[in-house]
Amino acid sequence: MLTLVRQSLVVTLLLAALLCGAYPVLVTGAAQALMPHKANGSPVMTNGQIAGSDLIGQHFTGAGYFHGRPSAAGDGYDAAASSGSNLGPTSRALAESMQARAAALRAENPDWKAPLPPDMVTASASGLDPHVSPEGALMQVARVAAARGLPVEKVAELVDAHVEGPQLGLFGEPRVNVLRLNLALDALAGGRAEGN
Amino acid sequence: MTPRDYLQLALFLGILAAVSPPLGRYIHRVLEGGRTWLHPLLGPVERLVYTAAGIDPASDHPWQRYAVNLLGFTLAGFCLTFGVLLFQDVLPLNPQGFPAPSWDLALNTAVSFVTNTNWQAYGGEATMSHLSQMVALTYQNFISAAVGIAVCMAVVRGIARAEAQGIGNFWADLVRSTLYVLLPLCLPGALLLVGQGMVQTLAASFTAITPEGAAQTIAVGPVASQVIIKMLGTNGDGFFNANAAHPFENPTALANFIQMLVIFLLPSALVFTLGAAVRRPRHAWTVWSVMAAVFVAGTLLTAHFEYRGTSAMAQAVAAADLPTASASASGAASGVTVPPAPATVPVSAPAPVPNMEGKEVRFGIFSSSLFAVVTTDASCGAVNAMHDSLTPLGGLVTLLNMQLGEIIFGGVGSGLYGMVLFIILTVFLAGLMVGRTPDYLGKRIEGREVTLAVAALLLPALPLLGFTALAAVGWGPQALANAGAHGFSELLYAYTSSAQNNGSAFAGLTVNSPVFNLTTAASMLIGRFGVMLPMLAVAGSLAARRPRPVTDASFPVEGATFALLLTSVILIVGALTYLPALSLGPIVEHLQMIEHQLY
Repeated sequence: MLTLVRQSLVVTLLLAALLCGAYPVLVTGAAQALMPHKANGSPVMTNGQIAGSDLIGQHFTGAGYFHGRPSAAGDGYDAAASSGSNLGPTSRALAESMQARAAALRAENPDWKAPLPPDMVTASASGLDPHVSPEGALMQVARVAAARGLPVEKVAELVDAHVEGPQLGLFGEPRVNVLRLNLALDALAGGRAEGN
Repeated sequence: MTPRDYLQLALFLGILAAVSPPLGRYIHRVLEGGRTWLHPLLGPVERLVYTAAGIDPASDHPWQRYAVNLLGFTLAGFCLTFGVLLFQDVLPLNPQGFPAPSWDLALNTAVSFVTNTNWQAYGGEATMSHLSQMVALTYQNFISAAVGIAVCMAVVRGIARAEAQGIGNFWADLVRSTLYVLLPLCLPGALLLVGQGMVQTLAASFTAITPEGAAQTIAVGPVASQVIIKMLGTNGDGFFNANAAHPFENPTALANFIQMLVIFLLPSALVFTLGAAVRRPRHAWTVWSVMAAVFVAGTLLTAHFEYRGTSAMAQAVAAADLPTASASASGAASGVTVPPAPATVPVSAPAPVPNMEGKEVRFGIFSSSLFAVVTTDASCGAVNAMHDSLTPLGGLVTLLNMQLGEIIFGGVGSGLYGMVLFIILTVFLAGLMVGRTPDYLGKRIEGREVTLAVAALLLPALPLLGFTALAAVGWGPQALANAGAHGFSELLYAYTSSAQNNGSAFAGLTVNSPVFNLTTAASMLIGRFGVMLPMLAVAGSLAARRPRPVTDASFPVEGATFALLLTSVILIVGALTYLPALSLGPIVEHLQMIEHQLY
């Protein structure tokens, strides 16, 4: 019995030192030395300031910016409280909020006549989805162009240039990074959009 | 499903089939004390552990001694995790200044991680200090997987040995699994994931000023080092609340693919460890094919239902002008007046749209469906989509995957020893059908083994169905996020996931309360040790048995006939046990969804 207690404690402490001390320190050190940008959260810099992360969505509301998907993280895109809605397929709350989002999208983007892209009426899994589908960006082009006083073609070109295909041609789906697109839009307009 | 989807599935199975046999043989070699190229580096560490603890790695133990060592060691690890969690407020590496969790949450979390379930009744980034994540939780991620490999190897020895008293040495199996199997795969794996954008830092968060001028606090942490072992060890605990859906925990679709492969890697390789130990690679391929077939069927079903989405979704997306358009079109064509349709019933069913609720755009439908099936086939429980928001039948597949006993590849180690349980049942039933004494690879299967196997089969079902039923009439309803049949599914999922040591959830359910924390903890303990200990006993009695030569009269455990029999036994046993519960949840909900009923 005493042998077992000793063996259990010694093995536990030694393995804990290896797995919880040496191992994460080694991985952190190597990651910080080899890939510091990615290891620190892929921050996006504008004018020497951190404008966000390449991987984390943001809550855009102005008419002159492209909007991301509905988010259930905190009050929306709370990057310290990731969460999905967890509403099920027969949830009245989900059905009603999808109807409300659809109505709002139709009102904000009256020029878009086609069916709405499903990602734009549904909350993402993390609440921090940095992407929308290409259609999700295209449906907002007319509104963004009007709000910024830019030609529609020019904004549409910008969206096209920001569509990323499946990774290695195989994995995942076509998508647009909303923060990247909006920053490019700001650069195009020569600074922040007015009147947002 | 698109051609790209089929290609991804084929590539997934192809890579798995290519790497599993050599890895399985490697595991067999190192656990039997063989040398590898890692020994010059890690051999001294291994010997240091043995010397310091006074362990003779060469001594061979009977199953009872093996089990006692395992339980003693597990208790020590439980105390470490429970202690660190209870005192995280006063311990170092707590940059966010989080308070200690309640005792029942700490107990639940410690049991959950010790049993390789990794059920989380908390949100990681808002509850756990870095020390808790790195010491209390990551330690168990490694250890619960190493214990799984150890027990699996003991069961394999039981099958392979003849007239032997012992089934191996727990300490040697544990240390060797950790040093030569888990660690060498984790180091490069973690860096591979950082290369895809996964974060790995000791900082807690950084603040960004968004283009619209708002401040966004972005939580970060030592994620990659934990995520790689969370997947490799089929643990599944999220660093962040959103788990593998969080962009820092699963940055790209390629990272997603790698993580899915890593989940299945060891459970799949261990099948060939059995094959190597009994020198019957064809038997290993037969068992592997059964796992692969059930896995592919589940994937195709889930993807199908997720692509079809829900009717509420289709209505929202098309709502703007669809009813009027179709009404006027049919009216004009036939020349009669179409009466206005009642407001609640759509004039024509809108085209199905994919179910993107609770899914990420970078993964889309297929990579999310595939992940959902992988994580519930294996006892992983990581999620890259919110299972609570799956379609009713897509969710049914994930529930059934777990209820089959986490043996379709399954947990690390526990998947294979769970599968051995079903193999024993299958040869027993086949023996009854044709009227001869059942044997498995030359070992007679007798009453004792069958009794133990049936006990291991029924023990997890007891808390699973029992607590679900009690919760449904007792403490469950006020914790639900969804009403109607889906609410019942949330309870069923919670106790299925805990009793089968999966750890994923229909996460809308509020589970951080004493009654949920204690009942799920009890389910996890029964689900883990209620299978592990009977299977160790089976290993002990099989090891002692004198093998009979395998002749033409022996029951063949390779080839299509056996594969079909084994698949049938798995599906029939699973269906008989759980179909009544499933029909009250997802099946009823599917019918309600078709009828446009909302709750």
